[in-house]
Amino acid sequence: MSATQEIEFRDAIRDAMSEEMRRDKRVMLIGEEVAEYNGAYKVSRGMLDEFGPRRVIDTPISESGFAGMAIGAAMLGLRPVVEFMSWSFSLVAADPILNNAPKMLFMSGGQFGCPIVFRGNDGAGGQLGSTHSWCVEGLFSNVPGIKIVIPSTPADAKALMKTAIRDDDPVFFMESERLLGMKGDVPVGDDVLLKFGQACVRRTGTDCTLASWGRPVHFCMEAAEELAKEGISCEVIDLRTIRPLDIGSIERSVRKTSNLVIVDQSWSFGSPGSEVAAQIHQRCFDDLDNHVHRVHTEDVPAPYAFNLEQEYLPNTRKICEAVRSATYNA
Amino acid sequence: MPTPTTNENSAHDVHGGLPIPRRATNRPVPNAELLRGWYRELVLIREFEIRCMQAYQDKKIGGFCHVYIGQEAVAVGCVAALKPQDPLVTAYRDHGHALARGMTSRACMAEMFGRVDGCAKGKGGSMHMFDREHNLFGGHGIVGAQTPLGAGLAFATKYEDEVINNGKSSRVTLCFLGDGALNQGAFHEALNLAGLMNLPVIFVVENNGYSMGTSIHRGTTQSHDLSSKALGYGIDATVIDGMNLLEVYHGMKDVVEKCREKSRPAFVDMRCYRYKGHSMSDPRKYRTRDEEAIWEQGDPIGTFEKFILDQGAITHDQIKSVQKEVKAEVRDAVEFADNSPVPPLSDLYHDVYREPWGRYTGTSEPLMYGGAMNPPTFRATREGDGLI
Ligand SMILES: Cc1ncc(C[n+]2csc(CCOP(=O)(O)OP(=O)(O)O)c2C)c(N)n1
Ligand SMILES: [Mg+2]
Repeated sequence: MSATQEIEFRDAIRDAMSEEMRRDKRVMLIGEEVAEYNGAYKVSRGMLDEFGPRRVIDTPISESGFAGMAIGAAMLGLRPVVEFMSWSFSLVAADPILNNAPKMLFMSGGQFGCPIVFRGNDGAGGQLGSTHSWCVEGLFSNVPGIKIVIPSTPADAKALMKTAIRDDDPVFFMESERLLGMKGDVPVGDDVLLKFGQACVRRTGTDCTLASWGRPVHFCMEAAEELAKEGISCEVIDLRTIRPLDIGSIERSVRKTSNLVIVDQSWSFGSPGSEVAAQIHQRCFDDLDNHVHRVHTEDVPAPYAFNLEQEYLPNTRKICEAVRSATYNA
Repeated sequence: MPTPTTNENSAHDVHGGLPIPRRATNRPVPNAELLRGWYRELVLIREFEIRCMQAYQDKKIGGFCHVYIGQEAVAVGCVAALKPQDPLVTAYRDHGHALARGMTSRACMAEMFGRVDGCAKGKGGSMHMFDREHNLFGGHGIVGAQTPLGAGLAFATKYEDEVINNGKSSRVTLCFLGDGALNQGAFHEALNLAGLMNLPVIFVVENNGYSMGTSIHRGTTQSHDLSSKALGYGIDATVIDGMNLLEVYHGMKDVVEKCREKSRPAFVDMRCYRYKGHSMSDPRKYRTRDEEAIWEQGDPIGTFEKFILDQGAITHDQIKSVQKEVKAEVRDAVEFADNSPVPPLSDLYHDVYREPWGRYTGTSEPLMYGGAMNPPTFRATREGDGLI
């Protein structure tokens, strides 16, 4: 990869959308406060100025209405990017996003696809309480027909957003509000895309594999650093997309390390983490030195109090404990 | 024949609605060929639905099946007022719309039989009729779900015409819904958005007075004057007699023309009646046989037949031959559907994604070893890791 430029996570997403909108007039952005307000989290800043109100469109607070409307537009051939101010608010649009978008192609016998991107803030923010802290991948990964992208770095966010917009299927793109201000090197240029379903090895190691995606990847990196001081060498794998799931990369790593800890920001019951665990037990039964360990968000509604929220989420301490337990160093 | 949709007929006035304006009487009568064509469509839909009911009894059709008998004039008249390029989207009572739009009775029946030659290869079923060639964007099974889709189709046609092609908005979208859908949030959000964004979409409420067993006044406020709902969103409303094809045609012509010209949404309270139960399992205990009998006197096919006979647009002999022809066509459709193969099991894994990562095999490794449904490969084919 040639030249790079250091930019914020939010701008990486914005640049991806803007570049794709320049490329293709069928692409437009729609959602609450995306235009005049520049986005609730300032992801779309400057886009109204460049593209005007016909292509960067403010909606009323009407998730079910505008999500459904964008799906209708996608069926006819537009390529809408729909911003949910937060994925927590997508729940009032559950019917269009789960019952229409992912099933249209199948139900119509291949006649009407749905090239659409839904994107927005996912996961706990800072003390937002129970209703605003959803990790919707726990719910939505159950549904075939959608692709789920959860990037952890600005470079990935940009490349994956561009792939999402060019993809002909519905893509759920999940951004952590906690990461939006993070800076990182992003390749310069209009045509850097990242294929869905390709995990990335963020750190190599020999004793234990840590598999994660999105914001907790950073906790895994911290934990790996700390564990290295204790002589435990961790390999950190960032899945980047949940659907498709690059189970092969985890499998290869586990064959080497013989241990797996999954770090998943959603609740444990019926989660992407439990799916990965099931698949790895099936594929690597004879390679594992211990059962697969999982670090999830605690199985309770999100609390408000600072200390409780810290304890509720996966964190570096919990990851270290899980790795020590998995590697019999507890 | 008194029109039973007005207040005069209070005992059987299921809508309790304000009187319906008459429009057809002072309009020029469409030419005889057009009238005969419409007549054939009415008869075709009726015959098709009768044979569906039989096939359902014979267990050839599964799931839910909602027939359109009694409402035929609505689909035929509305579609006649449209251009072929205008998108149409509807709910699950959709066979009539599909046929009126031009889907063959073979493709429609085969879909209901769950066969490969169905309009959606047997993957949609009775409630989900899709036809890209005829701009039919589906029947939709969730009550009210198609209303935001209708707004979106209108958004897209307008965007294509104006933003992409720098022209003038030229298409209108017809979005049908039942009276029960008026009570869904999605409907109200769609109306607000359509009003706000000046979308050329027409919401046609097929107000048959009932949602399943709930008569409209038990479920919907302002049931005597549904127009007030649209007015609340700044959308013009029209009441049309859905039992009379000419009324539907002329009424809709006006609405469509205005919607196309002004690029503004519209709302239509289309008063009609469904003769049969909600679906095949409904014994219709919530209404009287007397009420049904009165509505049957105002049968849209009988009314139209009498009209074209009086006009001299058709002869008794021609009527007989249309009926014969249609019977043969539907019999052929049933036979065709029955002989059409069931979809191959491998079809299960098609059309889940347009752009799979290799052939789609599900994200999970399927645990169906050796079974017929076991896909040939487990894992997606991947290129090397990293940026592409
Ligand atoms: C969201 C939702 N709730 C309930 C149902 C079950 N249901 C199917 S049709 C129907 C009645 C709808 O009546 P109406 O909109 O008047 O249409 P009609 O059947 O008269 O054509 C109900 C309750 C459904 N399909 N979707
Ligand atoms: Mg009804």
